Amino acid sequence: MELTTIWFVLIAALWIGYFTLEGFDFGVGMLLPVLAEDDAERRVLINTIGPVWDGNEVWLLVAGGATFAAFPEWYATLFSGFYLPLLLILVALIVRGLAFEYRAKRDDDRWRARWDVAIVVGSVVPALLWGVAFANIVRGVPIDADLEYAGGFLTLLNPYALLGGITTLLLFLTHGAVFISLKTDGRIRHAARELGIGLGALAAVAAVAFLAWTQVSTGTTASAVVFLAAAAGLVAALLALLRGNEGWAFTGTFLAIALAVAGLFVALFPDVMPTTLADGTALTTTNAAATAYTLKIMTVVAALFTPVVVGYQAWSYWVFRKRISVHHIPVAAESVSV
Amino acid sequence: MDPTDIARWQFAITTVYHFLFVPVSIGLSAMVAGYQTAWRRTGNEQWLRLTRFFGKLFLINFAIGVVTGIVQEFQFGMNWSDYSRFVGDVFGAPLAIEGLLAFFLESTFLGLWIFGWGRLPAPLHNACIWLVHAGTVFSAYFILAANSWMQHPVGYGYNPETGRAEMNDFAAVMFNKVQLATFPHVMFSAYLTAAAVVVGIGVWHLRRLDRPASDGGDAVVVPRSAEQRADEVSLYRKAVRTGAVLALVAGLGVVLSGDVQGKVMTEVQPMKMAAAEGLYRSEEGADFSLLTVGTLDGSEERFAITVPNLLSFLATGSFGGRVEGITDLRETYRATYGQDPGAAYYSPGDYTPTIPLTYWTFRLMIGTGMAALAIAGWILWATRRSAAAPINRLTIGLAVALPFLPLLANSFGWIFTEVGRQPWAVFGLMTTESAVSPGVSAGEMLTSLVVLTAVYGVLAVIEGRLLLTYIRRGAEPAPVDADVVRPVDAPLAVAY
Ligand code: HDD
Ligand code: HEM
Ligand code: HEM
Repeated sequence: MELTTIWFVLIAALWIGYFTLEGFDFGVGMLLPVLAEDDAERRVLINTIGPVWDGNEVWLLVAGGATFAAFPEWYATLFSGFYLPLLLILVALIVRGLAFEYRAKRDDDRWRARWDVAIVVGSVVPALLWGVAFANIVRGVPIDADLEYAGGFLTLLNPYALLGGITTLLLFLTHGAVFISLKTDGRIRHAARELGIGLGALAAVAAVAFLAWTQVSTGTTASAVVFLAAAAGLVAALLALLRGNEGWAFTGTFLAIALAVAGLFVALFPDVMPTTLADGTALTTTNAAATAYTLKIMTVVAALFTPVVVGYQAWSYWVFRKRISVHHIPVAAESVSV
Repeated sequence: MDPTDIARWQFAITTVYHFLFVPVSIGLSAMVAGYQTAWRRTGNEQWLRLTRFFGKLFLINFAIGVVTGIVQEFQFGMNWSDYSRFVGDVFGAPLAIEGLLAFFLESTFLGLWIFGWGRLPAPLHNACIWLVHAGTVFSAYFILAANSWMQHPVGYGYNPETGRAEMNDFAAVMFNKVQLATFPHVMFSAYLTAAAVVVGIGVWHLRRLDRPASDGGDAVVVPRSAEQRADEVSLYRKAVRTGAVLALVAGLGVVLSGDVQGKVMTEVQPMKMAAAEGLYRSEEGADFSLLTVGTLDGSEERFAITVPNLLSFLATGSFGGRVEGITDLRETYRATYGQDPGAAYYSPGDYTPTIPLTYWTFRLMIGTGMAALAIAGWILWATRRSAAAPINRLTIGLAVALPFLPLLANSFGWIFTEVGRQPWAVFGLMTTESAVSPGVSAGEMLTSLVVLTAVYGVLAVIEGRLLLTYIRRGAEPAPVDADVVRPVDAPLAVAY
């Protein structure tokens, strides 16, 4: 395989890692006001993702950094082109990250309530906007012959992209609900399972519509296969959830998201950002790429360290594998006993 | 304002802000890890209390370091897209590697450390915080390698066809001579900064304990007996002593590495050194100006305090060495860079950075940093007797000022380094003006500048208050069974 193709695959893998992992912690954040009835329950929800959300977010940082290194032109056009949505995402990620860390740091209901708003908004905004951004990448945006983005903010808000945003939003909600049912016990667990079924059905409708639209406009045979597998994953997840098998349900939503993102990348290849302008230039894995030398160095580094990273991250999930319920929550956050 | 100015303001504000928290994260992670190790080795509960007390402050600080870092990473593409296109081949690699090697390590093991109390066996738990520290060190190394390349591009070739800088020697980029001087300098200054924070807080608590009449304020532990009081004093004294020693050692490292940096800088960016000194005419045996009042264009000097020949020594290692002045250098730079290097990434200028800013930030960096060192030394002396010496007014004043001095020195250092490089974004290759995103409108950039600055402002207030609350509360009593792994259905030892 060519180095540029390898890096296209690696970047796809990084985004898959990001969406499958941070996807459920966005879901948990969004469901905070829905599933929890009191503060102890809210803390149960937050603590299901407490030890892992930051590590999940690093997948995004590495995806960004790897794009910068392997496809500088892509990084430059994408980040300067999608300027305002990215700014919104940044602000959302800032307040959300601080909220997790700070909300329990003062015993004050108003303080906590404000950070709860930050968690919800900080989760909804990126969950929606990443879908919008990805749909636009796949569909293509106006890119001129100098590889500059020539559209505006509103160009990005076309119906197809909005459907993409709604799809990721619903998928992450479902993924989050299933994760909660897997990681908690008692009332919340059952509430999450029921909610997961409803959300999953909605997500399935949106996802089928969005993936079908993608398939019709830019798909290939390969992408069709992957999209079908994604749909199958989601259906399997719902069936497992109906039978109360939360482990398989989570595997199902995990695979559904992974495959849906994979399918988008398959549909995109070999472009990385198609153009909608007749006299524009599309960014491809070749014209956007760094030199072979840089790609080689990066390949060696990635081959050496990715397994290590995946290994210790998996280990941290293993350490925190136990279900959490209200009786695990220490009474007041900061009078903790260790 | 044109987009370039806005983008520069945004970069300056967001990076200086990020770098208020970065050195504290780097240094404090090491100190907390050290305290925890001391507790495990000696079994002395006071070390455990210090671990948990400074651990909490570290977490509050780290969180904001993380979220402001995300902005940094996106900003290159958003505001500096032509820069990203031009240098991505060289510059993207360290950035990506930083994410893979450092950020994953930091975030995963920090999660394990926070939530691992009572769940992981003690040695493993302690190892987690050491790994977090290792992550911060890797992070610093790679990002500084990227920055050093902008100061002194090496290991690349210019490809006129694509108009890009292309990497051809990765080792050269990683072991750039600027990097080899910058990395120790920044690391030592990070340790100095965190140590100063610990000393300041420790002395403040000693002072509180010094005045038994007061009710203890918000402190969680208010000593009821003389014995208890002695125990509290001994606790904070440990913090003060360890901090002060680290500050002195790190401070020495900062000075020595700074000296090396000065020489490397004079070699690769002579204009920066000349600007740092406001030296217009080249001189042999040049004096170091401590303070010059006059017109900064060099035409007139009203009043000056100088240290004879010191500048020559700083810049060249010899007291009689020749230091080039701005006027001569301008001609040299014109001759060297006057030609278009081949791409559109070029705009002519007079190759001179803003002199007053460069001049003052250089002095203030050294001045505030040295003041911190002196205070740390004084506090080490003042607390030398094992029964706590009473903390007098002067000492408490100095101790409260102490944490802010290295923080200032860090900011001045960066402003100096980055402003002194102007008009270049990548020295000798690409000007800042040509680095900015051509497709982003001034309105969009202004929105981003205003939004981020406002958010950062609000965060500063929240963060500051939270830190103060936790500092005032002081170290909690040691928990029982901190080193025992709990049963799975026991309440979590630590929870959000
Ligand atoms: C000398 C050290 C140093 C310098 C110059 C910078 N940083 Fe930084 N950065 C760190 C040292 C650090 C750190 C110690 O690793 C941090 C600070 C606190 C923390 O949470 O990690 C961090 C956090 C941090 C994060 C969040 C990581 C996470 O989620 O765990 C990102 C994305 C960046 N930084 C990116 C940057 C970029 C793009 C910079 C250049 C403009 C930059 N940093 C300057
Ligand atoms: C965290 C420490 C840093 C601080 C405090 C800092 C500070 C600054 C300041 C004050 C400016 C504005 C200078 C001016 O416009 O005159 C600037 C510009 C810039 N710096 Fe740094 N910097 C830091 C680290 C870095 C690093 C690590 C990089 C690269 C990896 C970098 C890349 C840039 C770029 C691209 C600009 C914009 C172009 C320019 O105005 O020079 N900086 N920085
Ligand atoms: C005698 C004392 C010092 C000397 C001689 C010195 C020297 C220098 C020099 C020459 C540079 C510019 C390097 C370049 O642009 O290539 C620099 C930058 C810097 N200094 Fe210092 N410094 C001293 C003290 C301090 C102190 C006390 C701190 C902080 C606590 C500090 C923090 C920094 C930082 C953060 C930078 C910017 C990053 C870098 O380029 O290393 N310095 N210093």
